[in-house]
Amino acid sequence: MQTKFIKALATAAVIAAAFGAQSSYAGQRVIKIDGSSTVYPISEAVAEEFQNETKTRVTVGISGTGGGFKKFCRGETDISDASRPIKQKEIDQCKAAGIQFIEIPVAFDALTVVINPKNDFAKTMTVADLKKIWEPAAQGKLKTWKSINPAWPDQKLALFGPGADSGTFDYFTEAVVGKSKSSRGDFTASEDDNVLVKGVAGDEGGLGYFGYAYYEENKDILTAVAVKKDAASKGVLPSKEAIEDGTYTPLARPIFIYVNATRAAFDPKLKAFVDYYLAKSKPLIEEVKYVPLPTSEQAAVVAHWKALKPGSGFGGKAQVGVKMSDILKNIK
Amino acid sequence: MSDQKVASSLKDIDSVRTMIKRAKFNDHLFGMIGLLCITLILITLLILFMDLVIDGFPQLTNWDFYSNFPSRRAARAGLLSALVGSSLVMLVTFVSAVPIGVGAAIYLEEYAPKNWFTEIIEVNVTNLAAVPSIIYGLLALGLFVYTFDFGNSILTAGLTLGLLILPIVIVATRESIRAIPVAIREAAYAVGATKGQVVGQHVVKYSAGGILTGVIIGMARAIGETAPVITIGALTFIAFLPEAPISTTPPFLNFEWLTSSFTVLPIQMFSWLSRPSSAFHVNAAAAGAIIILVTLLMNAVAIKMRYNIRKKIKWQ
Repeated sequence: MQTKFIKALATAAVIAAAFGAQSSYAGQRVIKIDGSSTVYPISEAVAEEFQNETKTRVTVGISGTGGGFKKFCRGETDISDASRPIKQKEIDQCKAAGIQFIEIPVAFDALTVVINPKNDFAKTMTVADLKKIWEPAAQGKLKTWKSINPAWPDQKLALFGPGADSGTFDYFTEAVVGKSKSSRGDFTASEDDNVLVKGVAGDEGGLGYFGYAYYEENKDILTAVAVKKDAASKGVLPSKEAIEDGTYTPLARPIFIYVNATRAAFDPKLKAFVDYYLAKSKPLIEEVKYVPLPTSEQAAVVAHWKALKPGSGFGGKAQVGVKMSDILKNIK
Repeated sequence: MSDQKVASSLKDIDSVRTMIKRAKFNDHLFGMIGLLCITLILITLLILFMDLVIDGFPQLTNWDFYSNFPSRRAARAGLLSALVGSSLVMLVTFVSAVPIGVGAAIYLEEYAPKNWFTEIIEVNVTNLAAVPSIIYGLLALGLFVYTFDFGNSILTAGLTLGLLILPIVIVATRESIRAIPVAIREAAYAVGATKGQVVGQHVVKYSAGGILTGVIIGMARAIGETAPVITIGALTFIAFLPEAPISTTPPFLNFEWLTSSFTVLPIQMFSWLSRPSSAFHVNAAAAGAIIILVTLLMNAVAIKMRYNIRKKIKWQ
């Protein structure tokens, strides 16, 4: 009996020693971030660096843009990651709970349309082509590449895209079909973009879309489609330059963080974190394969943050091909 | 004996012999089929495990992988917060599920009157074991997170997984209590033991091995659960540890860790798997191998403990 007790004590001591190194953090305020998996890599990188430098604790969760806003509007989180602007329903929820937010665009993501490398005829597509493929009317009817463009072979079309809960889905349908969430339903949907990568890479007639980072890592097994705004314009491949000079429209989408305005005004730690986010994130954003805002836009965003102006400039819906500085001006 | 009779009895023996031969052949055949089945299962498990080990080898053999926090760089990302998170959640699960589960099973088996009401309870306990785990997550979100206001904490996660394994513990405990021979109880009563003494000193003591197996199999299931833990709001990036449960200064015990936010092994694995960079997939494979290893280890401990307990019991 006694040896057992001593053994238990020894185990306890070892555990205590293991935890001992951490005691310097005791009883600190924790900055809580949750939301989109698209924005997660940026927030994670900033959180990691900020915690290393200031020893302020930061946690990041992945609940999706919608799930993140639910928590944010209950006051459970300080910052919500979002891959689309806040919706009117969510604005109302926040308002009902007395929570004000500051909208901060942090970067751009190039939604990338990809095809199988063996496909050499559809390397350039117009937005109209994409609409033809993805609009709800195509469901069950448009099944071959030939039916998109008579010049293309009579090959079976295999479609891959993110599920309906994803912000990527919302933005793509808005930008291509013209109405958010309006899409055909007969495609392989997955919330895991690696599944989409494998799908397109494994099917000669495959076509899919997802964030640029997943294309960048799989360049050897996928081909990116150059997107033409209309029949007259030139096809543009997704790239940092094309996003910065505004030619990669309409598939360059802004991604955001929403900060709890009241806490930002009164909590120096949260304020310091967002300051850090805006000042230091540029190399981190590039490291995780997103595109930072152009310098002039960035200045407008920083000024907007410093003024602590609450509200959304999007009016509760996604808008395609707009300048972030113009959007922020809408916030009165 | 007439020749005819001898001939017919010889014929009988021959037919009996062929019958025995056939039966033996069938026995062998069945044995072979059984062996084939078990090899198939073992090979599947082995291939899965080896695949994870081979993919995750660079990280499995890297000590930093176990002592680092999550990071955006795959090579620097580690499992520490998930390992600690999983252990603490399992501790809460154990402390909450075992006394309640074993108590409920003893009551149902030894004290409860046999009527339609306990019948319904019994059926429902068995059914609960088959409820999908996400349902427990939703229940916990409403009950523990919002109603009781425990937040997205280790306490919430531990209690949720505790609920999840409760039916497993109850069913296993009842099974092993039932396996105690009636003679043991009768002998105890015969020498004048009270009901409490019979249950405490004999029934529970002798069935401890079986109970333990049930508990550990339940815990092994809980450690791999992802869905309910995501539902109640486990994090993905958390680069600090909860307060230590034991400290070197009085009062030595500290329960602040219960309210801390956390992440667990399967979530960390899932998050790495969904990254674009294939370097993270190595981490995911390593994490997967560790989850399987922990599960196997827990099962091995259960088997060993059951063996030890059985060896100690002398019923002669």
